[in-house]
Amino acid sequence: MNWEPVIGLEIHVQLKTRTKMFCRCANSFGGGPNTQTCPVCLAFPGALPVANKRAVEECIKLGLALECEIADRAVFHRKNYFYPDLPKAYQISQYDEPLCSNGKLAVPTADGEIVIGITRAHLEEDAAKNVHVAASGRLHGATATLVDFNRGGTPLVEIVTEPDLHDADTAKRFLQLLRQTVVELDLSDAELEKGSMRFDVNVSVRPAGSNELRTRTELKNMNSFNFAAKGIEREIARQIRIYEEGGTVEQETLHFDPTQEDSPPSRSKEEAQDYRYFPDPDLVPVHPPAELVEKLQREIGELPGARIKRIADTLSFYDADVLVTGGLDKLWSDVVAAGADAKEAANVLSNQFVAAGIAPDAVNAGELAKLVAARSEIPRAAFDEALAKVGDAGFTAAPYLAQKVVADTGELDPIIDKIIEANPGQAEQFRSGKDGLLGFFVGQVMKETGGKADPRVVNERVRAKLGA
Amino acid sequence: MIDTLRLTAEAANDLLTAGEVSSDELFSAYLAAIGERDPELHAYLHVCDDSPGEGIPIAIKDVIGTKGVPTTAGSKILENYVPVFDSTVAARCKARGLRLLGKTNTDEFAMGSSTENSAYGPSRNPWDPARVPGGSGGGSAAAVSGGLAPWALGSDTGGSIKQPAALCGHVGLRPTYGTVSRYGVVAFASSLDQVGPVAKNVRDCAFLYSVIAGRDENDSTTVDVPAVELPTLEDLKGLRIGVPKEMNEAEGIEPGVTAAVRAAIELAESLGAEVGECSLPRSVEYGVACYYLVAPAEASSNLGRYDGARYGLRSDGADFREMLMNTRHDGFGDEPKRRIMIGTYALSSGYYDAYYGKAQRVRTMIRREHADVFEKFDLIVSPTSPTVAFKLGEKAGNPLAMYLNDLLTIPSCMAGLPGMNIPAGLSEGLPVGLQLIGPQFSENTLFRAGHALEQAIGFDIVPERLR
Ligand SMILES: [Zn+2]
Repeated sequence: MNWEPVIGLEIHVQLKTRTKMFCRCANSFGGGPNTQTCPVCLAFPGALPVANKRAVEECIKLGLALECEIADRAVFHRKNYFYPDLPKAYQISQYDEPLCSNGKLAVPTADGEIVIGITRAHLEEDAAKNVHVAASGRLHGATATLVDFNRGGTPLVEIVTEPDLHDADTAKRFLQLLRQTVVELDLSDAELEKGSMRFDVNVSVRPAGSNELRTRTELKNMNSFNFAAKGIEREIARQIRIYEEGGTVEQETLHFDPTQEDSPPSRSKEEAQDYRYFPDPDLVPVHPPAELVEKLQREIGELPGARIKRIADTLSFYDADVLVTGGLDKLWSDVVAAGADAKEAANVLSNQFVAAGIAPDAVNAGELAKLVAARSEIPRAAFDEALAKVGDAGFTAAPYLAQKVVADTGELDPIIDKIIEANPGQAEQFRSGKDGLLGFFVGQVMKETGGKADPRVVNERVRAKLGA
Repeated sequence: MIDTLRLTAEAANDLLTAGEVSSDELFSAYLAAIGERDPELHAYLHVCDDSPGEGIPIAIKDVIGTKGVPTTAGSKILENYVPVFDSTVAARCKARGLRLLGKTNTDEFAMGSSTENSAYGPSRNPWDPARVPGGSGGGSAAAVSGGLAPWALGSDTGGSIKQPAALCGHVGLRPTYGTVSRYGVVAFASSLDQVGPVAKNVRDCAFLYSVIAGRDENDSTTVDVPAVELPTLEDLKGLRIGVPKEMNEAEGIEPGVTAAVRAAIELAESLGAEVGECSLPRSVEYGVACYYLVAPAEASSNLGRYDGARYGLRSDGADFREMLMNTRHDGFGDEPKRRIMIGTYALSSGYYDAYYGKAQRVRTMIRREHADVFEKFDLIVSPTSPTVAFKLGEKAGNPLAMYLNDLLTIPSCMAGLPGMNIPAGLSEGLPVGLQLIGPQFSENTLFRAGHALEQAIGFDIVPERLR
């Protein structure tokens, strides 16, 4: 039988507002435990929440970017449960009247686009952090739990998709695109390692062509997009195996240990919790004025998805995707505008430039364009060195462009001869067909010339001399 | 010699302004009165030896947070809890120089109508110490009536200011919901809780309301409030007063109460008011039932924070869950436990629509029914409490009988409307309260009517046995 996976995502994005969601404490990392707290986020008797206006605006902005309907009236609800990281014994969240609903995000692909429905995007507050301590300092055998309330009450946007995703790769690309959207709108750092973007994945499978929704499992704690894709694939395979062996999939939560990517997830049965949702009487409903929504809409530029499609007309879809989701496409278009070849610029940016870890904003596009244009005419070592410094203040390409690559065979031939002489074994193997050894000889020549030899000429001469 | 039983806040302030007494002398006079009569009345849970300020003293109900001064809400679970911040109302009183005399007794978390649910023992009615002062704000009521404070702050969820004022024979205002900040006030039922003044007369009540009312950026449910007018007029010309049939003829209203209220209504007519009958059938029929879903539902959530982790009582346990359960088992009295259970049930999935959801719809209906009445009337009147002060222990074993005490105060609370009690007279030697209810933000009308009636009635607020 053919099986169709059904995947839905729940993403939490931590907004980078100056203050927390319902109090005036700083919303920032750092500081000792419990230094960014006040009576409100510690839930002292009588303390009341006041909604952060900025957070409301940012949630609306994200909703608009996801083509959501913005509610005329949105309500904060209380989600009640007892846990030490939840000092009020309820989380203020949104329930049946969220700020944003019924949106979509189109994920461009090489052959068209896949439209993923956004069920809702709403605001809520984050929980505090539990730290389990013991003599050994590890969870195992912990003797106490300490709570750090610094993170408690920081603003989160929760985005819930429709179960419109049917493969791990699209899920991964959706998450990458969403992350880039959030970062570009300047709403969040959305850093997976820091937890400022987190996501859970719901996975089920069904016979291809059917519309049923079978029991789903929830995958938690995945802190990278690749890791998530792998986890989804494994879970899909596991469920298919179970059904094909005549078994049933049980509803459960799979917790991944991000530090042990290859180990199987731990499982837990979630008890059906009754959160006793009801509208928080301490907060008034939010009525976003139409002018505000229009203003926020105007602030949104061309979104990543649209840019991928546009750039894919010039470059390959793959290049466009890498440039945009890597946050490099603006620099790319500036470099191209400054005269560099589009394809060449894309190659440099998505390979060496990314590897060098330079912030795109720091780069003078004009100087980078000169480097890209001269890439084949200057020594590779000079190019690599220049690229590593292209983000430095006051960088100019001129000194590197002055270094010309050595293409003169009169100069190169003696070096090549010397190397062949010194490596008779490799030379023999190459002659007898081991073509991969070409790279060895070219590498030796580059080493000998301090990277100044023109690799194309060296290639040619090595082949000629070894008669291959 | 300062007669704390009779001295109004306004008179005290006049003496102070004229330099005839000092702020310290006033403060000491009340401390002396507390020393003398509080052992009998038990109005206070905590008395301040001294407090900063240059003005006249004030007592504050113990659900209202006061920085550096214990705030227990009448509960063991907050025994020894000392807030690190002032409630907005306490801060506003401080800013006007008012000096905190102490924290007054209350039913635990303001849940009750007699102070018998206080974990620290009941307060007693200054008119007859064998009787309750009402509740939950019985401590503030006993303090003002018994001359242990010139005025006080109370809090009202379903009648906790108005009913004790009726039972102790003084003035109490529950303001329009949203006019007074709840920030720093231990929450019982957030959509109903309102802080309000407890005073010897209407002018003091109006003045204290002007001190505490107004928008507060720390409480999103507050709004801007019309300027408060201290009442001076002694007639009621042009005022249309409605007498809701169901609230004046309800079963269980004592004849003596009806007689005093009737007499007050006739007085109002003679002062120039137009009096007419009106009707609030559904508000009275469903008000109490609706209240006992909404208030416990909100309370069940509001009381979740008392987990022993950060403040207040902590009973040990092997893990968080056990610590939480033990703390709440040991710290809460029967009434909060009862209401947490009712409220948890009412919010449960599967029951939400039938209980909390339906109660909210009924509440909307109650609001509309009141709004319709206020198309034709400027205010409505009824007894505040169906009975005069009852004996301690008389209803303590019967929660339902206790809940019905608030039959007449609850409907307007559910509608978010202001209501004021003024003494209407005596029945069997005990005070009878007249309840005045107006539309939203009609406090000035209530003050005007209350003041004129108060002058005409001429009730002596000093309990007979203390004169
Ligand atoms: Zn805070």
